[in-house]
Amino acid sequence: MLIPLSILLSLFSAALASPLVKRCSNWAPYILAAVPAGLFLAYAFLVGDISFANTLQYQQPWVPGLNVAFDFQVDGLSLLFLLMITGIGAFILIYAGGYLSKDVKTRTRFYTYMFLFMVGMIGLVSADNLVLLFIFWELTSISSYLLIGFDNENKESRKKALQALLVTGTGGVALLAGFILLGNTAGSYRLSEIIAQGEALATHPLGTAALILILLGAFTKSAQFPFHFWLPNAMAAPTPVSAYLHSATMVKAGIFLLFKLSPVFASHPIWTASLIGCGAITLLLGTISGIFQRDLKRILAFTTMAVLGLLTMLIGIGGELALKSALLFMLGHALYKATLFMTAGNIDHGTGTRDARILGGLRTLMPYTAVAAGLAALSKGGFPPLAGFLGKEYVYKTSSTIDVAAPYITVIALIGNALLLALAFKAGIHPYWSKAVSTVEGKSYSKFLPHKPHEANAAMLAGPLILAIGGLVFGLLPQSVTASLIQPALSAATNTSTEITLSLWHGFSLPLILSITTLIAGITIYWCRETFWKREAFAQEIAQRDTENIYEFIFTQFVRKSKEVTRTIQNGSLRSYLWTIILAAGALVGFKIISLGAIPYSINLESLHLFHYVLIVGLVIAVGFAAFASSLLKALAGLGLLGYGVAIIFATNGAPDLAITQIIVETLAVGLLLFAALRLPAFRKLSSNRNRILDTILASSCGLVAFYMALKASAIELSPTISNQFVEWSYVLAKGKNVVNVTLVDFRALDTFGEIAVIGIAAIGVCICLPVTNLRYLPSAGLSKSIIFSTGARILLPLCIALSVISLYRGHNEPGGGFIGGLICAAGFTLYAFARGTVEALRRLRFTPIQWIAGGLLIALASACFGPIVGKPFMTGLWLPGFELPILGTVHLGTPLLFDVGVYAVVVGFAAQVTFSFLDSSINATSSAPKQDPCSKLTQTATACK
Amino acid sequence: MEFLVSLLIGILVAASVYCILRRSIIKFVIGIAFLSQAVNLLVFTTGGISQAAPPIIQADQTTIIGEHADPLPQALVLTAIVIGFGLLVFTLALAQRATQAAGTDDLEAFRNTEQ
Repeated sequence: MLIPLSILLSLFSAALASPLVKRCSNWAPYILAAVPAGLFLAYAFLVGDISFANTLQYQQPWVPGLNVAFDFQVDGLSLLFLLMITGIGAFILIYAGGYLSKDVKTRTRFYTYMFLFMVGMIGLVSADNLVLLFIFWELTSISSYLLIGFDNENKESRKKALQALLVTGTGGVALLAGFILLGNTAGSYRLSEIIAQGEALATHPLGTAALILILLGAFTKSAQFPFHFWLPNAMAAPTPVSAYLHSATMVKAGIFLLFKLSPVFASHPIWTASLIGCGAITLLLGTISGIFQRDLKRILAFTTMAVLGLLTMLIGIGGELALKSALLFMLGHALYKATLFMTAGNIDHGTGTRDARILGGLRTLMPYTAVAAGLAALSKGGFPPLAGFLGKEYVYKTSSTIDVAAPYITVIALIGNALLLALAFKAGIHPYWSKAVSTVEGKSYSKFLPHKPHEANAAMLAGPLILAIGGLVFGLLPQSVTASLIQPALSAATNTSTEITLSLWHGFSLPLILSITTLIAGITIYWCRETFWKREAFAQEIAQRDTENIYEFIFTQFVRKSKEVTRTIQNGSLRSYLWTIILAAGALVGFKIISLGAIPYSINLESLHLFHYVLIVGLVIAVGFAAFASSLLKALAGLGLLGYGVAIIFATNGAPDLAITQIIVETLAVGLLLFAALRLPAFRKLSSNRNRILDTILASSCGLVAFYMALKASAIELSPTISNQFVEWSYVLAKGKNVVNVTLVDFRALDTFGEIAVIGIAAIGVCICLPVTNLRYLPSAGLSKSIIFSTGARILLPLCIALSVISLYRGHNEPGGGFIGGLICAAGFTLYAFARGTVEALRRLRFTPIQWIAGGLLIALASACFGPIVGKPFMTGLWLPGFELPILGTVHLGTPLLFDVGVYAVVVGFAAQVTFSFLDSSINATSSAPKQDPCSKLTQTATACK
Repeated sequence: MEFLVSLLIGILVAASVYCILRRSIIKFVIGIAFLSQAVNLLVFTTGGISQAAPPIIQADQTTIIGEHADPLPQALVLTAIVIGFGLLVFTLALAQRATQAAGTDDLEAFRNTEQ
């Protein structure tokens, strides 16, 4: 339960960050830091309980069909990581309180991202399901993208964040593929079960594929060669972020995964070769590139890379001793690296520069920072009795005991450690203890510094000091730390229960000699720092041959090709899009119809009356008229005729509801088109003759396909079960006699709800396209004002409203209903608006059309909620017992009727909104248009188009 | 009747395709109107057209006695008519706005508006 709770708590804190920062900016960092601090304490209580045999587990099914579950397991390894994540996290949050600007927006963003990142890390190290682990893995990628690109107004910063995201994200995809292979090979997605199967998996042929893919994921995340380049670039992040990402979290995720899976793959030759090989290259590349750097953060970033390489190498060597030294080294590194980054941030804050060459003599001006940095640098350099010393000793112990390639690994470790020491001194000793470059006014600080240095505030000192002292404590009490933290982690990483001991004195053995050599070599290199700085060009030379170039090449090619493809496919010509869509759809349907064989249909012309022929011929003429008319007015007449004709088809074929709806809709549509026509230019011939012929061919083919499809559809005898069921249930279950209406408001009410929502959205869309200005439609400005029209509309409006309410009420049993009622009501208001202006119509409507729509949707939703209240499914129709009323007879009230009221209101709001919008915009068109002759403008464009 | 309505559907689809491929934006809107009508009729005919009684239960009955039209396509088409209207007016408003913003009603000229 602890882990899900931690995750929820951190997520909650992410949400809480914004109000907290707004309310109490000063205390917010401390309050927020209490969250990881509390979690740290909670995890600390587990120390001692968690062992190889005893792990903390939590299981909760999520998507069982896909093997995804909320399974968590905290073993010794997870616990060690959890302690680092939360312990260092708490100090980082406090530090950021002093480091970041007081800007509320900046702080809110920082704390929200940090907590999201923390959620990702906590979940990652404790997930016991491969898919769950992947989800948290991706969460860390995304939140670190946001953190690295925190300074999002800086183009470079964005570019580097994107680079980190793309590299780790690509690795993430490979990791997912590897996890799926691993899960399917093992027959389980539970990490603990997979690990329990041990090395048997590695010998499986798919095991190798899974291993390579997983290594891609781990190497990209932990910045191993050849994917290392993103890490030094990621220091574009604010210092607290770098301190967190580099020390305890992000980059350690890959290392964590390698630790976790080492029981499975440790004996695989690819595992050993690639881990040792890539790790060694990364170690050397990191230290050698770092030695030429002047920027404090950059120096530290390269050492992070180097340490990750060393850890990878150790895990690759495998075996108890190597893993133990890796764990010791990692813990020491987390403590000193966080400290060094924070002290570098203090220098940046206090002096305005991070350039190591001009820094010097800060020990008197920034004494506390100097102490913290000095302790951390000594630890990093491997001086006893600090944490780093233990790690380094064990690295040498490992390298001197392995069987193969021992000399090479020993030499690589020696070079790496010596350079790390030099780098540690450059970042942690040099700025404080080396002589100031010159003395100004008796104060020993460099004149090159942008401003006079000052010591950092308490919030920025607490973290570095405590973590540095933590390193000292660890170094002084190695046995108890090892027994309580390292040993459970080691037994998890080796999958065996081991008792380990820590011995630091081995007599004058090889490790001691190597240690002394490291010290001498490292200090010598540090002494020559100026020489290296002068040869900065060499570092650039390395960078020019770096694998980053390959990334850049792929990236730019990708962008170029994408642009090309986009330009080809999305060329901006509506015609070509439509051709593609219509041709594809038509060809698919045509192919299907032809492949289904001939139509089992005999044309029965005997039942047809002359009336039918006249109707259809008339409609075809109307279509032709509308399609080929020379002016919009003629086209509208054709459209109107077509609409009414279709209504007649509905009316004569047993669909009175459809006929009524169609007639009102057509009337409104033609009216609105008429008003819109005032704004649109006249018809003109634009297409070339070639296009006209091509379009005609496509159109007639589509027409033929549609004709065939319609014939075939009507010839097929559909299984009438659903319709018959509806007819049977209509009165018995739903208490309605108009089956169409009952279907709309009861059987398929959820559909209808979606449809009225669409109508509401269409109304808002119209409202946005035709923004309402102060100019409102008045009949005098548009149509000629007629007293008869005006008075008629006034009389008709109440009649329409009454009629609409009646058809709404009776719709459940006879033709009518919410749609028809709403349209009748809206027709009354439209007429009123035509005759007397939109302002007055709006007044008579009481509420704005958008309010009608919102209200209608809420009513419909409320009617659907009665079901759950009485314990029945959502949208269940419920009825009150019928009661007698004068005139109306037996009255039935129920939720479907209420739902229909909602439909009614939405339709009224929708129709009113579009009418008013078109009327108002027509007025803008006539009044705001320039005095220029519209015809001359048209002829100009027409000639231009030719 | 099915044959004649199918013929009408075919002609409506042909006219719709032809109109929406025109360069003049108002022709496009008219094409959309045709398409709505064609699809509504298509759904309506799938239920089988008959000059039967409407699907309304007679007084004093609990289910429809005798031949009746299929209620399901009717319910689908009823909302489709209103939605088709919504689509038409939205397209119209969009067309009006686009014409105003681009300064032309020629759809081919719109391809240069994004640059």
